[in-house]
Amino acid sequence: MAASVETMPDAPKTMRDIHAPVHASVAGVTRIFPAVGEQPPVHALGPLDLDLVKGEFFAVVGPSGCGKSTLLEVLAGLSAPTEGSVTFEGQPVSGQVPDGVGVVFQEDASFPWLTVWDNVAFGLRRAGFDASEITRRVDYAVGFMGLADFAQAYPAQLSGGMRQRVCIARTLVLQPRLILLDEPFGALDQQTRLLMGDELLRLWRETGATVLLITHALDEAAMLSDRVGAMSARPGRFIELVETGWPRERDSRIVSEDSFGRLTGHLWSLLREESMKASGHQMGRQK
Amino acid sequence: MSKVGWIRLAIVLGSVGLLEILCQSGVIRPLTMIPPSRMAVELWKLGASGKLAPPVTKTLGNVAAAFILSVVFGFIAGLLIHALPRFRRALDPLLASYYAVPFFVFYPVLIVIFGMSDLPIIIIGFLFGVVAMIINTLNGLDRVPTVLLKVGRMNRMSALQTAALIKLPSAAPYLFTGVKLAVAYSFIGVIASEFILSGSGIGYDIAYAYNNFDNRTMYALMLFILTTVTALNMALYIWEQRMLKRRQGGR
Repeated sequence: MAASVETMPDAPKTMRDIHAPVHASVAGVTRIFPAVGEQPPVHALGPLDLDLVKGEFFAVVGPSGCGKSTLLEVLAGLSAPTEGSVTFEGQPVSGQVPDGVGVVFQEDASFPWLTVWDNVAFGLRRAGFDASEITRRVDYAVGFMGLADFAQAYPAQLSGGMRQRVCIARTLVLQPRLILLDEPFGALDQQTRLLMGDELLRLWRETGATVLLITHALDEAAMLSDRVGAMSARPGRFIELVETGWPRERDSRIVSEDSFGRLTGHLWSLLREESMKASGHQMGRQK
Repeated sequence: MSKVGWIRLAIVLGSVGLLEILCQSGVIRPLTMIPPSRMAVELWKLGASGKLAPPVTKTLGNVAAAFILSVVFGFIAGLLIHALPRFRRALDPLLASYYAVPFFVFYPVLIVIFGMSDLPIIIIGFLFGVVAMIINTLNGLDRVPTVLLKVGRMNRMSALQTAALIKLPSAAPYLFTGVKLAVAYSFIGVIASEFILSGSGIGYDIAYAYNNFDNRTMYALMLFILTTVTALNMALYIWEQRMLKRRQGGR
């Protein structure tokens, strides 16, 4: 069963279609990493339930080490849950990334030996698309992400933000119906993150995809998503699912609205104690 | 050419020039060494007479065979060993001490098994080169970022596709070191084997010239080997630099 849903008081009416079908779900999922040498097993996640509604933008926030990325990997099929089940479009996810799921990672995942254009075309070539379709999709994605002038450049010639755009474009060209983003803007400065957030919202509106964003930045989660899942310290569970209530047509200018500040404050009030717990864990380990 | 390049060229030309002066002035006796200019002339004559082509073809053919076997087998073995961590831990000390083994002691065994043919020579060249390739393949694979392998899984790539399209190019700078060593070791293994195992090839011809006090032929052949290996290594070096420059942000 999914966690309880809270709505922010006096938040604008959400454009999220609550009657839309469930697109992906995790039910009773736990992830326990087995013991390694003298290290005991690590209970990283769950038990946890979540239903992602088709076309929604969902963000996950939580303290460091609470299992956010583990949740993403389980949902993507990159890691198997210890218990529980994961489904995407009604089909069980097990051992392989399902067709229609795209992942953007926190780390730079561009291939340094390929040009920007070839990086973006990589997945399409693997999937066996014909040359004209590859050219059409890659040209569009490269232009959409503002990389047209750098199509023949190598990743090392680009800034961190541009390299992350290459990775987003590489995922975008495959036209995934579920996009999983693991702290994609983690290494970027605040201004670039806001602008990248705008691009991400534009991309989301244009593709109609369901998006799950993992982030440690509360303002980023509050600005971008329809719902925010606040997770507890390890083992990560949802403490609360918060409806932001933002209209679908939105951009980074909403950070100046009063309700944005209240929303971010509410998220922090949920996570403060959990973050202190997580820090305590880390300090304990250091001893 | 860069300033460093000019300095490098000056060192090489200066050394050759010094050797030329020492030989021409009699400080180094003609029975010990002939002047470099004479070596070049003799090499030219040897080439023009047609006597150089058969041993060169044979030796370079054997080197190429040993090199290709070392690189292909070394890369595949490296991939397999990397995929089996426990086996790798068991193998690591053996790989580390591999070059302490004097391979030439095995040549009688190889002759008994394979006969007096090119095969024992190619095998010794291969034995010299292969472990350098395995070690550098392991080194490169250790440094393939995990996130790139996740991209492979995201694209539902098979193990073979991941190896060819992600692991191989990602580990390329380290593999290149293995390739350069495999070239050098293949030359060493093949030419040294020809000295003692063969009735033909450049190694055999150098040994034959040496035994017959034919300094002109001996030095001409040595010059040929030296220039060939240097040219090959320079070509690989330039190729490697271009690849690294692209990856590190230059054009």
